[in-house]
Amino acid sequence: MLEDIGNLFHGFAVVVQPYNLVLMVVGIVLGVIVGVLPGLGGANGIAILLPLTFSMSPTSAIIMLSCIYWGALFGGAITSILFNIPGEPWSVATTFDGYPMAQKGKAGEALTAAFTSSFVGALFAVIMITLVAPLVASFALSFGPPEIFSVYFLAFCSFVGLSKEPPFKTIASMMLGFGLGAVGLDQMTGQLRMTFGMESMLNGFDFLIAVIGLFGIGEILLTMEEGLSFRGKAAKLNMRVVLQTWAELPRYWMLSLRSCLIGCWMGISPAGATPASFMSYGIAKRISKRGRFFGTGEIEGVVAPETAAHAAGTSALLPMISLGVPGSPTAAVLLGGLLIWGLQPGPLLFTEQKDFVWGLIASMYMGNIVGLIIVLTCVPVFAAILRIPFSVIAPVILVFCAIGAYTVHNNTFDVVMMVVFGIAGYLMKKTNYPLAPMVLAIVLGDKAEESFRQSLLGSQGAFSVFWSSGLVSTIMTLGLIALFWPLIQSTWTRLRGSAGEPHPAE
Amino acid sequence: MNQSVNETAGSGPSQRSAEVGVAAIMGLIAIIGIIGSLKVGIGWAAEGPRAGFFPFYVSLIVLISSVVNIVSALAKPADGAVFAEWSQLAKVCQVLIPTAIYALVVPYSGIYVASALLIALFMRWFGRYNWAIVAAVAIGLPIVTFITFEIWFLVPLPKGPLEAALGF
Repeated sequence: MLEDIGNLFHGFAVVVQPYNLVLMVVGIVLGVIVGVLPGLGGANGIAILLPLTFSMSPTSAIIMLSCIYWGALFGGAITSILFNIPGEPWSVATTFDGYPMAQKGKAGEALTAAFTSSFVGALFAVIMITLVAPLVASFALSFGPPEIFSVYFLAFCSFVGLSKEPPFKTIASMMLGFGLGAVGLDQMTGQLRMTFGMESMLNGFDFLIAVIGLFGIGEILLTMEEGLSFRGKAAKLNMRVVLQTWAELPRYWMLSLRSCLIGCWMGISPAGATPASFMSYGIAKRISKRGRFFGTGEIEGVVAPETAAHAAGTSALLPMISLGVPGSPTAAVLLGGLLIWGLQPGPLLFTEQKDFVWGLIASMYMGNIVGLIIVLTCVPVFAAILRIPFSVIAPVILVFCAIGAYTVHNNTFDVVMMVVFGIAGYLMKKTNYPLAPMVLAIVLGDKAEESFRQSLLGSQGAFSVFWSSGLVSTIMTLGLIALFWPLIQSTWTRLRGSAGEPHPAE
Repeated sequence: MNQSVNETAGSGPSQRSAEVGVAAIMGLIAIIGIIGSLKVGIGWAAEGPRAGFFPFYVSLIVLISSVVNIVSALAKPADGAVFAEWSQLAKVCQVLIPTAIYALVVPYSGIYVASALLIALFMRWFGRYNWAIVAAVAIGLPIVTFITFEIWFLVPLPKGPLEAALGF
């Protein structure tokens, strides 16, 4: 414990080096821009900029990229409140009360409340990471292939259980991701597979291309279809409003704490920030005394989803750094970055790459403080970006996506693949296939397969290896419960329904 | 969000046919995956499960899920839900087609010239900006990109005949 605190202070020393501080500010500003713009989000913003970090030291690179993530989390709130357009899926719930507040002329209060609760949520999650991550990592050090596979199994099954989309769509999208990830060179035998003699398939499908296409191009196509016009409320934030709102916020400490806990829970399980924000909003609405006013501009309706979204977004990094299993698409892209920089994600990071891990954790503290200051002071500037018409923004985003896709492998074919993934992303979004499990499967496919095959190799092909010890059995069973959760839930509702109990529709 | 489309039912391809179509494409990819896995062997060899073992079962699950998804899409009563109105799809194509051409042209023209043309097209066609502003953004942005990537970060981007003529 004491050693960890020492490490953390060492991490702070790494972060406050001038070069890293500059990268931090650059990252946050880019992140907010990425969060504000439609079609660019945390995941593909980081994917596009990842190639620029190849020449940096891993610690500096992760500081900049994770700060883009914090910035994107902050940025989503700006457009939700001022324009009623969620810049990110996790800020959809913020529009419910944020925009009505702006309409009533209380944009300043809403923005301050949103940023401050984001900060509180993130801080809570970072403290949780600081305390829990080293423990999880040291525990996970003793994991063999069956345990590692069981963790992957649990992570992916949770997608099925927690997703609001039909389970078979989640499974199809996830397994398609595994399939795409398997194309190319087989890591274990060195054999080529499913390339059908095509040279461009040798390297398989890179998840960065998939992320840029699915989220970037797909999102542009969706925005185009919806024909967005940005008509926003004026953004003014002066110190008086900020201080007034801050004086009011401590009243909602219970709400914050609850939202933090929901966020952390949903963030660690791969449900992610979006369901966390909805869940937190829904529960706040049910519990709050002013619940029936929710939707008309209640400050609590801004605090709840923002706190939970940030807590979830931040705690999604806990399984990434301690187990090597990312909790969100953005965390998955960061994990992909780790692999590219030559670091092995997982528990060994805590013993072998102390600078990196603690630098990252320290940058989470610093990044959120710097982020809060930047967004509070620069809101009008960021809001002005959205006033640039879509006919200018769209081609610029397309060009950046193309550059990002090209620089991954210096391959122009990847730009074509990006467009293909873009069409796929548009169609899948429109037909309610979740994209996050697909991206995570492409990233983790090789590692999941490796641990699966190594386990079977050790047991000579007997599946009982996944139930060979208490730990593995527990994780696998939890995974199975998560996998069949939709079934369990519907059976349960039917049983209750037949008992004649009224149950409110969600 | 997608439900809002249902209410303003203009004419367009039905949501049901889109669901079936997407699931069918996934099923097709799964079949390709299964064939590919069978080619490298899905059984057990001296070194353990063979290369096709994992992708075979993964593809099989995709195939089964796709069948379930097609059946459940067809089982739903036709509610007249529209995937997107034709006018909306036209807008999507207005972005998609230039982008696809852009991606195909980049290897030959280099990324800078293609980007300038793409931006100019969008701004002039959708934005109806006057040529001076169009030119400023369409030429300015690639130059800024060039300086950032090629000179600051030393990341080479695809270049074509124009850059060669300028000596890069």
